[in-house]
Amino acid sequence: MKKLNKLFWALAAPVAAILFTLIFVSIILLFKGANPLSTFQLIATYGSQSDNIVAELNQTVAYYLAGVAAAIGFKMLLFNIGIDGQYRLAIFMAAVVGGATHLPSYLEVPLIILTGMVVGALWASISGYLKVKRNISEVISNIMLNTIASGLIIYLLQPSRLGLKGKSSDNLSTPLIPSSGSLPTFHIFGGELYSFGLVAIAVGILYWIVLNKSVFGFNLRATGMSFRAARASGVNAPRMVFITMALSGGIAGLTGMGELLCNTHTYSLAFPTGYALTGLALALLGRSNPIGIAIAAFFWSFLEQAAPALDLEGVPKEIVMMMQGTIILATVTAYEVVKRITRRQQQRLVGAADAPRVEVGQKGDK
Amino acid sequence: MSTLKGNRLWKIITSPSRMMLTVAAIIILISLIRQFTGVDDITSPGATGATIRFTIPILMAGLGGLWAERSGVINIGLEGMMILGTWFGAWFGFLYGPWVGIFAGAVGGAIAGLLHAFLTVRVGIDQAVSGLAINLLGAGTARFLSGVFFIGKGGDVNISPQVSSTGSFTVPGLSPLLTTLAHKHILVISDIAGVSAGLVTKINWASLVMFLALPITAWILWKTRFGLRMRFCGENPVAAESLGVNVYRTRFIAMAVSGALAGLGGAYISIVSTGNYLEGQTAGRGYIGLAAVIFGNWTPVGVLGGSVLFGLTDALRVRQSTSVHALLLVVIVLAGVYGLTKLRKKDWKGFITGILIAVLVLAYYMINKTVPDEFVTFFPNLTTILVLAFLSQRLRPPAMAGAPYRKGEEG
Amino acid sequence: MSLAIELMGIEKNYPGVVANHDVDITIEKGNIHAIIGENGAGKSTLMKILYGMVKPDSGTISIFESPVTIKSPQDAIGLGIGMVHQHFMLADNATVLENIVLGSEPMKAKVVVDYAKARENLENIIKTYGLDINPDDLVADLGVGFRQRVEIAKVLFRGAKILILDEPTAVLVPQEVDELFKNLKVLTANGLTIIFISHKLDEVMAIADSISVMRRGTTVAELVPSKTNKKELAEYMIGGELPAPRPATTKPREEKVLVVKDASLNDRTGREFLHSINLEIHAGEILGLAGVEGNGQDELIEMIMGLEKPSSGSVHTVGLDTNVSSLREIRDHGVGYIPQDRQRDGLLMAAPLWENRILGHQETKPMSNGLWIDKGAAKKDSERIIEEFDVRTPSNNVMASALSGGNQQKFIVGREMSGDPKMLIAAQPTRGVDVGAQAIIWDHIIEARLNGTGVLLVSADLDELFKLSDRIAVIFRGTIVDYLDPRTTTPEQLGLAMTGEKIA
Repeated sequence: MKKLNKLFWALAAPVAAILFTLIFVSIILLFKGANPLSTFQLIATYGSQSDNIVAELNQTVAYYLAGVAAAIGFKMLLFNIGIDGQYRLAIFMAAVVGGATHLPSYLEVPLIILTGMVVGALWASISGYLKVKRNISEVISNIMLNTIASGLIIYLLQPSRLGLKGKSSDNLSTPLIPSSGSLPTFHIFGGELYSFGLVAIAVGILYWIVLNKSVFGFNLRATGMSFRAARASGVNAPRMVFITMALSGGIAGLTGMGELLCNTHTYSLAFPTGYALTGLALALLGRSNPIGIAIAAFFWSFLEQAAPALDLEGVPKEIVMMMQGTIILATVTAYEVVKRITRRQQQRLVGAADAPRVEVGQKGDK
Repeated sequence: MSTLKGNRLWKIITSPSRMMLTVAAIIILISLIRQFTGVDDITSPGATGATIRFTIPILMAGLGGLWAERSGVINIGLEGMMILGTWFGAWFGFLYGPWVGIFAGAVGGAIAGLLHAFLTVRVGIDQAVSGLAINLLGAGTARFLSGVFFIGKGGDVNISPQVSSTGSFTVPGLSPLLTTLAHKHILVISDIAGVSAGLVTKINWASLVMFLALPITAWILWKTRFGLRMRFCGENPVAAESLGVNVYRTRFIAMAVSGALAGLGGAYISIVSTGNYLEGQTAGRGYIGLAAVIFGNWTPVGVLGGSVLFGLTDALRVRQSTSVHALLLVVIVLAGVYGLTKLRKKDWKGFITGILIAVLVLAYYMINKTVPDEFVTFFPNLTTILVLAFLSQRLRPPAMAGAPYRKGEEG
Repeated sequence: MSLAIELMGIEKNYPGVVANHDVDITIEKGNIHAIIGENGAGKSTLMKILYGMVKPDSGTISIFESPVTIKSPQDAIGLGIGMVHQHFMLADNATVLENIVLGSEPMKAKVVVDYAKARENLENIIKTYGLDINPDDLVADLGVGFRQRVEIAKVLFRGAKILILDEPTAVLVPQEVDELFKNLKVLTANGLTIIFISHKLDEVMAIADSISVMRRGTTVAELVPSKTNKKELAEYMIGGELPAPRPATTKPREEKVLVVKDASLNDRTGREFLHSINLEIHAGEILGLAGVEGNGQDELIEMIMGLEKPSSGSVHTVGLDTNVSSLREIRDHGVGYIPQDRQRDGLLMAAPLWENRILGHQETKPMSNGLWIDKGAAKKDSERIIEEFDVRTPSNNVMASALSGGNQQKFIVGREMSGDPKMLIAAQPTRGVDVGAQAIIWDHIIEARLNGTGVLLVSADLDELFKLSDRIAVIFRGTIVDYLDPRTTTPEQLGLAMTGEKIA
């Protein structure tokens, strides 16, 4: 009974948020003269076509890693909006290193992955340093660092520096990574499923275990919950904040690695921006829980994959972007409300545990 | 102690007489550099005009950020509010003329501002979450609406039909006189004339009207009761509430204005800068506005300074990249002066940092002929990071900006 | 003489606690009336009632000889009552003038603040009352004494005739106290009435025209300084009652768990927090640290735990040099810590109890093997604590924030005593807890001592110090001024020692 109650309140927020979003979007659709029910049906059928499923899964992997990167930050109350810059700089450098080395596969692939993680971590640690030493909001510094990263990449991508001219003149890219530096894909549902997904699954499991089972994870969470209490308990809290930021950046460095290792084998400006926002949204939706983030990530890429179908129906596909924005706000709002309700519930429970014994044991005692 | 000193310094810099001196010093410095490098465009009337066009949107976003943060709410959503401004500005401008468009842009931004206020002040969700979601929502809404309204009206999913111009004015007599003087290339005099000519030639009426937001903001902030109360909502909401200030209501109003200003900035971009809505045309200026707020130390005049600096680099980049290269000399001189003042205070770390930066930039200046475009694009961002890193003790952000505040709960 | 304030039979009950009971106070106009009492004696509740922040259950309040009901601070301000809070309500990034006018701005043209008029009014106040403040100074640049004067001016600006000063000297250095007293004299000379809340006997004797003593929520005496002395005041404050019989003593052991040698602590600007402290605690001994709050207790604890390194001298905690060892190592070596601010420093409020059990023991057995947390052990041991310390909670899965203060404290004490620490630092271990919880916590501290734990008991509660301590060290202005034997010392002597007076 108690478990059921807990489950109810855990699911209440996301369900309420999705309902709200559907209603909100339906109103817009009605206003546009489209039938909401058939539109949603269209999204569902188009999104679950087999070849789309593979594309969704591949996209899910990238989103998932961005989500985990954001979730690590959340555990420390850090808002890592810098995932964008971290990931792109990381993939870019990883591609450069991969393109410049010719090692056997069992060294080449780890080298590329490690480069990405290290570069992501280093770039993130700039804002970590500013946060710990100068008390500067990581949101502001990361927004600035994102743009700087973009500029740096474009600068370094020039043919005279680290890049190559692509087939079309305006598309610059890094030298191709040799085949020893690529990961295989699986042929499923008529698509190419990235084997890098396995790494993402491992990251998710590791994330959950380290955070919830290890001493390091405990120290991290404790610092996030109360900097002062963690410090008094013996944790080097400022260092913990710094490490968390770097760690988040390190995971961010894995975002897009699947695309690089399993598909493009080169970095170009076609690698998308906006992963930070997506990652943060997914971490919020999934409550920083690895399975929650995975579900949310799939949902997210499902929506995006299905969006083009809307155009066929005369519904602008950008409605998906609005849906995403609305979902974030609705979810956060719903969680806030649920938090207040459950807190009150618990206080009542504790009050009940406290009261009867006072009557029996503590009578006459003020 | 350091805060005390930092503050004095700030007072000295901002006192009118010193400010005149500082401005004069900068003019002479730039003038000398122009003479030395032969890059005449730095102070030409044309460059000034371009700078104005690039500055106004950043200034509006910056003032929007200022309103929000002074009232205690950090507005990461400026970018989304600007996007709404570009769209509403363009569409209503197309339908009913540019001035109605500008007004509509403000309304569009204000609605998003009020949404941000509702979510952060009333519901109490994280200000960064709400702001970023509003950016997403703003971009999505603009795209969606474009698809709905522009097609078949001479636009497309990512471009609006053309909006007519708001018109511009030139001060007769003064403009040609100053322009002539500017072309003589006389040290200092031509520079001042050049910049002044830019300020009186072909000025868009919308630029003038929007610029008025700056003195009005300053007046409200420093002179009116609302401004005083708003500042206290950002500094110490508990104290403000204890003295009878309605913190929630104040923040709602401030956020509406913040959104409206960002919307105006957006409308300026679509109506004045390009003459129509183009998807993605705000290009992160909302974030640059945030940077201008930090650079300007949360004062209206400071925000203007930041906006002009960032607008100027934008303008020079578009016009002639050698100009930006020449401006490196300014950086070298400033870094050197910074280092030397630190030497006087026996602050070796500061001294070495200053001199090192000066030497490195000088080396770069000698070796290269231009500054890569990519560097110029992130110049505002890099500046902000450096300002935050080196001058953080001197910055005076509103003490409680970004902190959650619930009525009746202390701290 | 006319009366400014008359309080009759004020009563205020909170669930389980009587905050105020039968409080009678009369204050003459133009007087400085001191209200003294220990922490928790009900002074602040009474002031909240007077300032309209708390509604009394019964009793009458008369201001300037007419009965009133005060429902809100606004009401109080309307009646001419102003409060100078202990924690200043000022905005750093604004000028003195702006801070003062906020909320009652003189206006011109409806929207614009008439700063000229405000300045004129303020200048008048400054001149009349001899307050040394400059309207144009930025508050951030001001020292504590100046800030306090700004708060006073703020109250006067609103036309207050009665000023309540809540522990005004708690944050001041002696010179600033002198300055404040001068200001207060000028205020009363101008017909204002002042309520001065304090627990510092010296100051009360120096400044007050009349004194009310509060104990356990009620007024026990109304005195005039010229007809009383500090000894008598202390007796009233503490109550004539003798400390309860001490538990059977065991001899402290030879080994020392704490050795502080000639240790001083300066902050970055060179201001001295602690001066040449010498302190030793043996295993199996409770050393009480007595002192008025803010005399260096917090800094001493931080230094002992290794959070702050001594500027000179040395500190060895459970045998470890704090200059070398980290807080982690010191804690893992067997140091328990019951912090004064339990909600901020002692608990993860958003985590369940069993996770809170791990806090502070996360890297040692049985809570972990240094790498992995043992959730089972944590749950089991939190059950033990809940049982042994009578923590009232439905389960160990409840968030710490849901528990009442007393239960939170019992849980912390239980946690810090688990694993038989070599040393226990207990800062105000029973503050704000009910009598039942207090008894449980005391019993366990005494038991720990019998098991050989060396205890540093930092307390402002004299009763607690006498009941538990083997020795009492008195800290005053950052230095240990005296060591007392609780068996041969009277509470009055201790009270005097806390004010910095040597006992002959």
